[in-house]
Amino acid sequence: MNLEQLRQLQPYLWSLPRASGEQRAEVLLYGTAPLLASMDDKVLEQIANVAALPGLVGAAMTMPDAHWGYGFPIGGVAAFDAEQGGVISAGGVGFDISCGIRCLRSNLDLADAAAHFTRLADTLFRAIPAGVGEEGELKLNPAQLDQVLLDGAHWAVQHGYGNAADLAYVEEQGRVAGAVPAYVSELAKKRQRGEMGTLGSGNHYLEVQVVERIYDSAAALAFGLHPGQIVISIHCGSRGLGHQIGTDYLLMLAKAASRLGIRLPNRELACAPIKSAEGQQYLGAMNAAINCALANRQILTQLTRSACTQVYPQAELETLFDVSHNTCKVETHAIDGKPRLLHVHRKGATRAFGPGHAMLPQRYRAVGQPVVIGGSMGSGSYILAGNSGNPAYSSASHGAGRAMSRHQALTHWRGRELIDELAQQGILIRTRSMRGAAEEAPGAYKNVDLVAEATEQAGLARRVAYLRPKVCVKG
Amino acid sequence: MQRQARSKNPYRRLNHTMPTSSSPYFQHDADIGIIGRGTTLEQAFEAAAQAVFAIVTDLTLVQPSSILTLEFEEADPELALVTWLNLLLGKAREQGMVFSRFHVQQHGSQWRADAVGEKWRDGLERGVEVKGATLTMLSVKQTGAMWEARCIVDV
Repeated sequence: MNLEQLRQLQPYLWSLPRASGEQRAEVLLYGTAPLLASMDDKVLEQIANVAALPGLVGAAMTMPDAHWGYGFPIGGVAAFDAEQGGVISAGGVGFDISCGIRCLRSNLDLADAAAHFTRLADTLFRAIPAGVGEEGELKLNPAQLDQVLLDGAHWAVQHGYGNAADLAYVEEQGRVAGAVPAYVSELAKKRQRGEMGTLGSGNHYLEVQVVERIYDSAAALAFGLHPGQIVISIHCGSRGLGHQIGTDYLLMLAKAASRLGIRLPNRELACAPIKSAEGQQYLGAMNAAINCALANRQILTQLTRSACTQVYPQAELETLFDVSHNTCKVETHAIDGKPRLLHVHRKGATRAFGPGHAMLPQRYRAVGQPVVIGGSMGSGSYILAGNSGNPAYSSASHGAGRAMSRHQALTHWRGRELIDELAQQGILIRTRSMRGAAEEAPGAYKNVDLVAEATEQAGLARRVAYLRPKVCVKG
Repeated sequence: MQRQARSKNPYRRLNHTMPTSSSPYFQHDADIGIIGRGTTLEQAFEAAAQAVFAIVTDLTLVQPSSILTLEFEEADPELALVTWLNLLLGKAREQGMVFSRFHVQQHGSQWRADAVGEKWRDGLERGVEVKGATLTMLSVKQTGAMWEARCIVDV
């Protein structure tokens, strides 16, 4: 990205000045000069297009890990007011609706666990269906699936996957309101038949990590984290059901926008007014997919627990938090000092409520919401805490963000050699896809340390702990 | 992490199935751009489908043991490309299959196609799951004697 076209407002905040006659809202970009310079110019083009959508409140924003997406940039945040003609966009949520991270803290320490990491890696790899073509053992009939779409993680707990204590630490307490299974196509439901309790592929993973560094002792204490502790992060989403809803509604909303006279700078922004029939249908289907994702991560949580106790009989895994980063959520935010109900799109961005927020579990209310910036096999991950006064509708980064295309990555790395090299660094990878491993090479991503630091310096969230990967099951 | 120089076409096993020697892929930060080329619009759509499924697996190993027939209606050629690819991806996941050969027929806004492949089995390469075809960088056009159909697919 050419920084000359930007205006630096603060050390970690930039804006894109409007050209003469350009009809759009403000564009704000969070990050350092090097991070922004490493982004494709398409990020700027896409977020400027978002800023031209009807009913946008405030600015269209990108997080420090932003990269080129479809419609919205990944790392894009935009809030719309339904009462002012605001829209909902399938491109602003993505195909993998409610993709997110479930983070589990354990009672294991590195010193006790390390000797059995190879066995743990193999056990997890057998227990967690991962990769293209892999199915889970749980097969739901249509009525059961509809109940999952309504009840989310609650359905999973009721059916023996986890416990009620998990639910308090899942966004929306494990179940989002407003899901309408009838707005989910039959094909979407059929795609999900073998995919409950599966990880998927691409950048999805299950990672065993060790807490290596604490930045914020008070927040770490609240989150139950200490140096040397083993934690496990599960990154996945709503699987085939969500993918098909994204597919169905991308075209439907693109046609609706045209029919309703919404002038789109690019039809990849496929959207409809929130109050339109199409907008309401997408909302109902998207919320169903969110519940599907919450149930999926809850099932995987229990599969992970079972696998861990095979290796470490004393192991206890508690849900630290479960946070999604591909969503549109209805939230109240103060605009010019007045509360307004907004539809906040976060495409590759994490909700990051600050201390005192009523939706946080009591345990975290004094320190803010746990936020996870996921790494990429070799690079570490960060747990952060939401800040008061977050200027981006309580949003923060979600990952390192790609610095190199998958195509480029394949010209630089071979899966087998990469896995061997990581093993020499003490990171055990288990995957069925050598090609997928090469595409996900740590070197294909931005420096996660710089992303986390920029996220903190920009006031979006503050670093609490750094996690170093030890075992990674890749899809 | 040390980088190594490799083939310019990472999905190289697709080459022999393609109608031209040009790459069926283009760059995108997080996902993958696919290109189908052919002397007819239908051939371009067939090649685009091959480019998609070559991301999923090594097409040379897929046995042509089952045929799936698909039909849809779409007047806009660009939206037809996205509809075609997404219908294939949806049906493949629904039925636990992977496809390697395609035959497309267009009659105005009516499209009919056969997809040939097999159920997932041990021995098939596990590539990367394709979630869906997007409207990004979407283009269907004829240049001279050749048709070209392209878009970004989300992986």
